[in-house]
Amino acid sequence: MLSDFTPLFIQLLIAIGLSFTLLKAAALIGPKRANTIKLTSYESGMDPIGSARDRYSVKFYLVAMIFIVFDVEVVFLYPWAVTFSEFLDAGVGLGVLSVVFLFVIILAIGLLYDIKKGGLEFD
Amino acid sequence: MLMTAPIMFFVFAIVALAAALGMLLSKNPVSSALWLILNLFCVAGLYLTLNAEFIAVIQVLVYAGAIMVLFVFVIMLLNLAELPDLKKVEWRRIIAFTMGMGLLSMLTFISANALDMLPNPPSLAAAAENGSVTNLGKALFTVYAMPLEIIGILLLAATIGAVVIAKRKPV
Repeated sequence: MLSDFTPLFIQLLIAIGLSFTLLKAAALIGPKRANTIKLTSYESGMDPIGSARDRYSVKFYLVAMIFIVFDVEVVFLYPWAVTFSEFLDAGVGLGVLSVVFLFVIILAIGLLYDIKKGGLEFD
Repeated sequence: MLMTAPIMFFVFAIVALAAALGMLLSKNPVSSALWLILNLFCVAGLYLTLNAEFIAVIQVLVYAGAIMVLFVFVIMLLNLAELPDLKKVEWRRIIAFTMGMGLLSMLTFISANALDMLPNPPSLAAAAENGSVTNLGKALFTVYAMPLEIIGILLLAATIGAVVIAKRKPV
């Protein structure tokens, strides 16, 4: 029910309110003494060279793909985590646990393959 | 507590519409993506007002999380600078279109209601029961355990496929 989520909404409101208040407060009371070095875009202490819109390695895309796969895995693990105590009460805890273990192992094979092939190494 | 659901619905709907407009009208593709995240969060809120808590969580996890990562990566890979200038917005056409669609949907609703063609909406309690994570989990890990493992294999194929395609071939 919606009313179960009231604490969540309150937390969201506090988070949004806090970030806006802090940003506004920094803009209002913070000193503004700009100079050339301060206004240069920050690049870990290096002088920025060239455009930021450069071609990126496809490796980044691979990491994103694997993130998405494991994100979808979390989607399936979430109802399992919420329901598991009821499965234990019903006495089928071990069976459900093995179902989920098989699922996780299938996905872990993919990750192992990826690591063995060096898909996560940046060369 | 019953009255809060309609109020929340309109709050989320208005913010979702505003975020969608912001996404369409912003020139920087990255701020477009940020507007889209706000929009997806509001849609998750809409699901919550309909008592579909699992879909709401999935909306945040998958859409606002994973799908947005894909979008940001596509923006990064395409090297989009500023989007080309939009043509001057023709407000008269937009307003006419919106009001026309509103009138059409209202007339459809009224005539369907009069002809008794609308399905009965499920009660709040029934919706809460169907949308609850516990009931979904009970079905997913017992009756539908086999499809779950097949989904696992599908995801495995996606992982391996990504590696095979992206990995540089040894020369």
